[in-house]
Amino acid sequence: MAGRDDYGQEQQDQQRFVVRILLALLLLAAVLLLIGWRLSGLQVGAHTHFTTLSENNRLRVEPIAPSRGVIRDRNGQLLAGNRASYQLEVTVEQAGNLDDLLERLHDFVELSDADIERFRRGVRQRRPFQPVLLKAGLDDTTVARIAVSRHELPGVEIEARPMRFYPLGDKFSHVVGYVGRINEQDLARVDPRAYAGSSHIGKIGIERYYEDLLHGRPGYRQVEVNAQGRVIRELSVTPPEAGTDITLTIDADLQRAAYRSLAGRRGAIVALDPNNGEVLALVSAPGFDPEMFVHGISQAAFSDLQSDPARPLFNRALTGQYPPGSTVKPLVGLAALDEGITTADRRMFARGYFQIPGHERRYRDWRREGHGWVDMSRAIAVSSDVYFYDLAHTMGIDRMVPMLGAFGLGQRVGIDATGERAGILPSRDWKRATHDQVWFPGETLITAIGQGYMLSTPLQMADFTATLAGRGQRIQPRLLQSMDNGNGELERLLPQPREPVQAAPEHWDTIHESLIEAVHARHGTAWGSIGSRPPTNYRIAGKTGTSQVFGLGQDEEYDEDELPRHLWDHALFVGYAPADDPQIAVAVLVEHGGSGGRVAAPVAREVMDAFLKGDAGMTLDVAEDE
Amino acid sequence: MISVTGREMPLGQWVLGRLRLDGVLLVLIGVLLLVGLAVLFSASGESMIALERQTMRIGLGVAAMVLAAQIPVRTLRSLAPWLFVAGVALLLAVMVAGEVGKGARRWLDLGFMRFQPSEIMKLAVPMMVAWYLSTRNDRPRFRDLLVTVPLILVPVFLIMRQPDLGTAMLVGAAGFLVVFLAGLSWRWFVGLGLAAAAAIPALWLQMHDYQRQRVLTLFNPESDPLGTGYHIIQSKIAIGSGGLYGKGWLNGTQSHLDFLPERSTDFIFAVYAEEFGFIGVALLLLLYFAIVARGLWISALAQDRFARLLGGSLALTFAVYMVVNIAMVTGLLPVVGVPLPLVSYGGTSLVTLMVAFGILMSIASQKRLVNR
Repeated sequence: MAGRDDYGQEQQDQQRFVVRILLALLLLAAVLLLIGWRLSGLQVGAHTHFTTLSENNRLRVEPIAPSRGVIRDRNGQLLAGNRASYQLEVTVEQAGNLDDLLERLHDFVELSDADIERFRRGVRQRRPFQPVLLKAGLDDTTVARIAVSRHELPGVEIEARPMRFYPLGDKFSHVVGYVGRINEQDLARVDPRAYAGSSHIGKIGIERYYEDLLHGRPGYRQVEVNAQGRVIRELSVTPPEAGTDITLTIDADLQRAAYRSLAGRRGAIVALDPNNGEVLALVSAPGFDPEMFVHGISQAAFSDLQSDPARPLFNRALTGQYPPGSTVKPLVGLAALDEGITTADRRMFARGYFQIPGHERRYRDWRREGHGWVDMSRAIAVSSDVYFYDLAHTMGIDRMVPMLGAFGLGQRVGIDATGERAGILPSRDWKRATHDQVWFPGETLITAIGQGYMLSTPLQMADFTATLAGRGQRIQPRLLQSMDNGNGELERLLPQPREPVQAAPEHWDTIHESLIEAVHARHGTAWGSIGSRPPTNYRIAGKTGTSQVFGLGQDEEYDEDELPRHLWDHALFVGYAPADDPQIAVAVLVEHGGSGGRVAAPVAREVMDAFLKGDAGMTLDVAEDE
Repeated sequence: MISVTGREMPLGQWVLGRLRLDGVLLVLIGVLLLVGLAVLFSASGESMIALERQTMRIGLGVAAMVLAAQIPVRTLRSLAPWLFVAGVALLLAVMVAGEVGKGARRWLDLGFMRFQPSEIMKLAVPMMVAWYLSTRNDRPRFRDLLVTVPLILVPVFLIMRQPDLGTAMLVGAAGFLVVFLAGLSWRWFVGLGLAAAAAIPALWLQMHDYQRQRVLTLFNPESDPLGTGYHIIQSKIAIGSGGLYGKGWLNGTQSHLDFLPERSTDFIFAVYAEEFGFIGVALLLLLYFAIVARGLWISALAQDRFARLLGGSLALTFAVYMVVNIAMVTGLLPVVGVPLPLVSYGGTSLVTLMVAFGILMSIASQKRLVNR
């Protein structure tokens, strides 16, 4: 095509475009005139009508917060409830000079800078005649003093508002969690309309996980206001729907006994019912006072909690990842029996160390002089490292990992709480993916004794112990037992079975016997602390563990810069009881506690005694479900 | 005055030229943004937080506009098909993996940020249609419609499914405006109009309950004074009680006494109308008209068909935006959730609009380069 034609085409095109543009502009002008006409109709023609409506505009819809569902333990003890909390509120329109008022209030109540800052922000964002919160959680004396001097304090009101409280406090802080004031991030994940009247929302734990159940639905009230916006009377009310009351599987008395048995040491205890997956106790010690967060924790108090070397905010039971140590030996033993690597009767002479044939390096046993002749059962009972080095070397990592995975290592248990970690189940693929390195044979050996890369949460340890107790039967652990269906009846959740661990019955027998031997035989690692003075009414099957690690382990970036002062081992014990009819499976971790047999086993014994009413335990006057 | 390549010009003009910005458009937009901040301050109950946030968003928008103005029209043209394909792919991704916010699936989480792919389509659809029509020699014919109509309706349908009726409508408008500006015969517009009318029953069946409710409420707001109708009733009271001169800045009772819902976002026009009256409203409409007219003027002087069609469509889509919002707030159209452009509180649509103005400025400076 010639340039001339192109040019002509272009010009024609442009002309057509200009015509269309003019048309569009005309149309826009017409539409704007229409809108202008409409607006003049509203603003000029009907101005008087709308002014009257505006001045008489007396109806307003206000949200009413629903009352939050309460949380109880399996026996009906209250774990989280609502009670009236007195708070100081100021109606700015009636208060006169705010600075003067705040000055006078200082004589009655302690006001922090944060309180005043929040108050001033609230003043800027309020509606007319809307009272603004100044201080929450007043004690009775302050309430009384202010009430007496009310005539000196215009615009000041004491309001009773429902506030969350946690009667059992720090012992449940990590399970139940807490609610706190709603912030921007919270609003991003919920429907803001549902929270229009609410001030608090679940932040961690059960409070967060079951927020949808607990919160309920807001109601609305239609109110009449006067020309200044002050509410004169209520016209109609759509009542809010209260949140659902829920019951946990936790046994509060057992939880308290477990917390007490740690006697101020840092650690975690998880107790499960192996028959139905119910979590009977879930302790992370030390805890903290959850009510601090409800009332709005001060920056100073929060940084104190964060910098506390005992790390009370850290949920050791779910978020803490520790090398499981010798507690995995029963699983490795079962894998070896199941794979046909060894038999229950095969004996070996366990020296004080093990060498991979052709290699110099010595892999030491925890017992310098070794354990002498051991078979599978005795190797588990005395916790021979060398026996398991030998097994692991023959078996190889690839045949070991599937069994450990079937017990749930390296995967989240999927419990209904927040913050759970998955731990690490190392394998060839895992190492290639995370370290871009090949697997070394020596790493197989230390994996077999639960060291090296392997990490596990106390919850996972309790879970695999329950699986051992159930001879492979695996039921999903959970914290929610039932919920109130609104008619005062409790709707119970059914146990959810998971894929069982498959092994021949005689292999389960071998492992089971070895765990009893570890506790009740004279050579067992828990003989000194349990077997020598056993409970009279039941026997315990269990395994001690001692995990050598600094702080929390290599995968834990939580706070490297404050490694614990002493670099002691973690003490571990996992076990179930009664050995022949397991009702409870327990995992105990005492951070930097030292030897598992000496330190962790007695703690587990106390927890089991408390639950099974053993002679050494405190008596629980609580009816059991079964 | 400074001297560049031997010619004298004021410093401001030199800077604008170097940044490829259009002074007239810049001033008009600037005035509108400032008016918007003033109204927002009042509508948000004199909240400094809202003001700061919106100022930050405006800063982001201006930066995006300046950046967009640097992209030569040629580059935009060659980018158009890719942007369109990427946009459709993202819309499909949202359907599969989108974040659900307030009951609608619109957001895509990229890990570092969340964004709405439907916003991209507000630019990608007119770019794509303009690109296609610029490859044709003559005014669009029937077979061009066979290409352009699916190009427009596929994204529109995907956005409607999210569901986001307001954005779907704007994207559709942007696409069809290109076809209109390209000179499609009137007969086809009549035909398309009839087809659209015939599609209304099908559309009605596709709608969610809350969308139907909004349409029904339009015809009789008093039927539902506490639900969706409450918005329109209170909005009309706000506008009407503003009168000729308005109640004065920060003195609107409807907004300050908390009667008017969504007053910082979709219904901010009612706050403006209450406080500045009919005279203020008329001035605001004039300002909008001036911005649209300037955009069309720039497009009319553009050097090629693609630039012309894209620029014209962007300017007119801005007009549609404004008209739909105001018509909605004054009770002429159903509540479809379209913000008042450059004034309503909120980030995503503001940035998209500013990018559109950046593209118009790029078109404007393309002209300047060739003419001199």
